[in-house]
Amino acid sequence: MEEMNEEPADQTLILTGNEVAAWAARRAKVHVVTAFPITPQTTVMEAIAQFVDSGKMNSQFVPMESEHSVMAGMVGASMTGARTFTATSGQGLLYMGELVHWAAGCRLPVVTTIASRGIAPPWNIWADYSDVLSMRDAGWMIQFASTHQEIFDSVIINYKIAENPEVMLPAFVAYEGFTQSHTAKPVVIPGQGRIDHFLPPPPKNGWPHLYLDPDRPIVHGNIIMPHQEYMEFRFKIHETMMRATSIIKEAIREFKEVFGRDYYGLIEPYLVEDAQYLLVTVGALAEQAKDAVDSLRKRGVKAGLVKLRYYRPFPTEDLVSLLKGENLKAIAVVDRSIAHGSPTGGHISSDFYSVLCQTGKEITYLPAVWGLGGRDVTVEDQVGLFEGLREFHESGQVRAGKNKLIVGTLWVNLK
Amino acid sequence: MDEERTKRDRESELPTYNSWQELPHVPVSLGVMGSIGATGEWRILRPEISREKCNRCGMCYLYCPEGTMIFKNGTDPEVNLTYCKGCGICASECPRKAIAMKPENAERSNHGRDE
Repeated sequence: MEEMNEEPADQTLILTGNEVAAWAARRAKVHVVTAFPITPQTTVMEAIAQFVDSGKMNSQFVPMESEHSVMAGMVGASMTGARTFTATSGQGLLYMGELVHWAAGCRLPVVTTIASRGIAPPWNIWADYSDVLSMRDAGWMIQFASTHQEIFDSVIINYKIAENPEVMLPAFVAYEGFTQSHTAKPVVIPGQGRIDHFLPPPPKNGWPHLYLDPDRPIVHGNIIMPHQEYMEFRFKIHETMMRATSIIKEAIREFKEVFGRDYYGLIEPYLVEDAQYLLVTVGALAEQAKDAVDSLRKRGVKAGLVKLRYYRPFPTEDLVSLLKGENLKAIAVVDRSIAHGSPTGGHISSDFYSVLCQTGKEITYLPAVWGLGGRDVTVEDQVGLFEGLREFHESGQVRAGKNKLIVGTLWVNLK
Repeated sequence: MDEERTKRDRESELPTYNSWQELPHVPVSLGVMGSIGATGEWRILRPEISREKCNRCGMCYLYCPEGTMIFKNGTDPEVNLTYCKGCGICASECPRKAIAMKPENAERSNHGRDE
């Protein structure tokens, strides 16, 4: 379309997180968008609908009757070799669940943004990663975007990773409902030409492994008996996911070369080299925690931070080498999600603990949960978590502050 | 017929693999009818086409999710009952209401139980 070539230069726009996701879909030149409204994602689809309606985005925009159909539409469209995009949140993602697995099982490079929110009942529409993390074992890559700029860049980068013939797996880009989805910040939207250079269109004849073409009829989704290779197909997704870590890093490196913004890799370390007390967390609260680390450093506390960017694949190797730091005394891993009945109460803290065990090092380990259902987590709360970690390291207890240590997990601001 | 059926079964089979390294991303077989198996005894309704009402517009052919509507030159449409699951979409979509869904084994009012 002619209009799409009229924006050759980078521009800086004031956009909400959801508008940024819509801009990313536009710049990725996705062919098909299926949509169903759900708070706090809805304005992503509203923005895309306006782009399509005004001729600025040449996509098939298909309003569906449910999220289950939204992902079914993504699966069907992606099978034809189309680049596909949708967005959802909370209950919508749960309703989508069956087809979320289907997209991964078919090895389709669908990219979906999640404006994460608490799961009902009781109803809650505010920041909480329990929705996307409930899909942690579906075979999707899961990445947290901690800034508005990172939302845009992550969608672009994840198309490149997902469509790599060696990967062929779908990807979630998750960010916080409202605190990110509905707040506005300046974001650099690169010109279309630079995006096209980094992210060329998908192959004209469809994906190599799967296609819908009347002239080349195939059957897929076949039944597969126990003596056949069901187990091997499952293993292959896992093996691909583990191997994808190097492809992800390569895509991030290439992105930095073209656009000048560095996302480091599967994790972003902040002042970890000499750190004694380390905080590991995700998303916007990880970005905010840099302020907490800075203020502790000013007081002489050797605090450090690991922003976990990718949760699937889990950055096991990167964390193992990072944990070799000789100065490290204690680690707190904090989830903005709840895994009811799990050993640590959170998703990431449970996975991280198994990584820590692989290092064989004896480091004080404190899993924690904060900010469920959008409960505010301030810089002071994050400083308080470091203080609790230090106290826990020294005495095995946490008495300071408003946090409660219950069955080995620290609950931040639990009433 | 037997020979044809054997050929179909063979073509619809998935290839076998000796190790996971040989696998494609997804299992794919040749595009032959009935790759996922013939309909069992469980179909409760079957489509019956009224030759008087049907004008061979082909809507049932387009809508049938299993591809069981047979349209050949010079003949009336037929249903391949080996694979028809009795969903009734053809009857619902037919613009001339030429397809009726009739109970299977209508003569057996005891639903297949022994007398």
